[in-house]
Amino acid sequence: MELTVQGVDITLSGRRVLHDVSAVLRPGRITAILGPNGAGKSTLIKAAAALIVPTQGVIRLGDRSVTALEPRERARTIGYLPQDASVHWNVVASVIVALGRVPHRSPFAGPSGHDRDAVAQAMVATETTHLTDRPVNELSGGERARVLLARVLAGEPDWLLADEPLASLDPAHQLDILDRLQQVARGGAGVAIVLHDLLHAGRVADDVLLLKAGRVLASGDAATVLTQENLRAAFEIEVSIERDARGRLVCVPIGRAA
Amino acid sequence: MTRKLAFLIGLVAIAFGLSLIAGKAWVPPSAWFSPDPRFAIIVELRLPRAILGLAIGAVLGLAGAVLQGYLRNPLADPAVVGVSSSAALGAVAAIVLGIAANPLVLFACAMAAAAGSMALLAGLTWRSPSPVQFILAGTVLASLAGALTAFLISVAPNPYAVAEVIDWLMGALTDRSLDDVRTALPFMGLGAILLFLTGPSLNALTLGEEAARSLGVRLGLLQALVVLGTGLTIGASVAVTGVVGFVGLVVPHLLRPFFGHRPSALLLPSALGGAALVLTADSLCRLAPGAGEVRLGVAMALIGAPFFLTLLLKGRTAWS
Repeated sequence: MELTVQGVDITLSGRRVLHDVSAVLRPGRITAILGPNGAGKSTLIKAAAALIVPTQGVIRLGDRSVTALEPRERARTIGYLPQDASVHWNVVASVIVALGRVPHRSPFAGPSGHDRDAVAQAMVATETTHLTDRPVNELSGGERARVLLARVLAGEPDWLLADEPLASLDPAHQLDILDRLQQVARGGAGVAIVLHDLLHAGRVADDVLLLKAGRVLASGDAATVLTQENLRAAFEIEVSIERDARGRLVCVPIGRAA
Repeated sequence: MTRKLAFLIGLVAIAFGLSLIAGKAWVPPSAWFSPDPRFAIIVELRLPRAILGLAIGAVLGLAGAVLQGYLRNPLADPAVVGVSSSAALGAVAAIVLGIAANPLVLFACAMAAAAGSMALLAGLTWRSPSPVQFILAGTVLASLAGALTAFLISVAPNPYAVAEVIDWLMGALTDRSLDDVRTALPFMGLGAILLFLTGPSLNALTLGEEAARSLGVRLGLLQALVVLGTGLTIGASVAVTGVVGFVGLVVPHLLRPFFGHRPSALLLPSALGGAALVLTADSLCRLAPGAGEVRLGVAMALIGAPFFLTLLLKGRTAWS
């Protein structure tokens, strides 16, 4: 199902964060949401997860407004990975991943066979199976990020919305997470991620939504959005854009625009 | 897990038995089934006291575990949301106004004050039902109730009322009757059910508020359960025994190393642990030498504070 953003305005504590944002996010693809700090990227992705209600406009999943969905039903369809990777109690990794099944389970019943399978599969997909009984405080930043991603995957959502999932990870783990997200998209789910790194965006994004000051600067296929003109307009930097041997875009910032 | 729970249940049973037997007059189990005059002590004095000790300990432990889970803070306890001090304020007002001769009136005043403060708390936080708002509003209510209590004591009409207030504030299970049990138990039972319902949502909150909401948790509903559950259980418990601290803080803390940090996994153990702790402490109060008895609330703080300090110094506490 497509995620359609239609004329969304969002005002947060008196400040207008998003102005008339419209975009169509397609399933089976990775959409990177890019833009300078304060462009409204996190706000948009939270609104898509129905954590913020638009002041005007609507975000639809298929033909239904995401804010009108019953919370548990919405939780089964849209998985949200917050930027904040904190885990407040020192529980073991499998307990964290199992939380992804919360919207699928009746509150006081034990996990079903399918719940267990989904958790196990998510841990295999994120290579966290060996961490099952490890308390989160003993995990490295990269391990923790993978466990938190496994939590979202365990919910088997049709849409995965991730807010800067690569922050505070070393390059190897950044690539790991991006690979997982790509697998998820290949599996048919929709993936939208807020990214800061243009290299990553060029590497994995099928589509790009470029925001600046709360407005859409450009959106669509990655190759058409990631141009020198657009990136200069958005970030005020000069960018060199090439393609690597596998045909992926390589966007390298060169310096600030004059 | 099951064995650890069975162990706790065993502890509660032993502590309950001890509470029936122990005191200035020891009543051996042999007296229970024979025509022994000491049997009256059991039924009239010890039984209500033991039942109340069990119930109060259980709800204090349970409410502590729920609040720590809800606020995601191992230092939270029922005192931080202001419900104990508000209930105490209601009772103190009844005593100072001289209408507390009927225990039902005292109970009603304490419950009304607890309900009022919970309504205020809900009103102050319903717009943005977040734990941070909750703890801020609760702290304000607690200090306001404390200040009003001090004010009432200072304007009390006679020294006798002051003595009665102070006596009551220290918290005790002395001289409770089966009537007290019948009055308080329904409120505690209902509140405890509400508190147990929070378990799954508290687990989701481990990941933070936004992740919890994205998992389908309704923070407003969760807050309503926490507010109502705490108000009913702690309000009723303060209304019959006065303020007994430390249980809600210490018990979940002690049990975390054994039952894990998952908030829902701590609820039942904390209720059992709280019951065992209060029953044991109350028995020790009765056994303390001297003419009178050490007050339960005082004993709890006297035992609890150094104990907690030792845990801290040993670094055995489960902070995070």
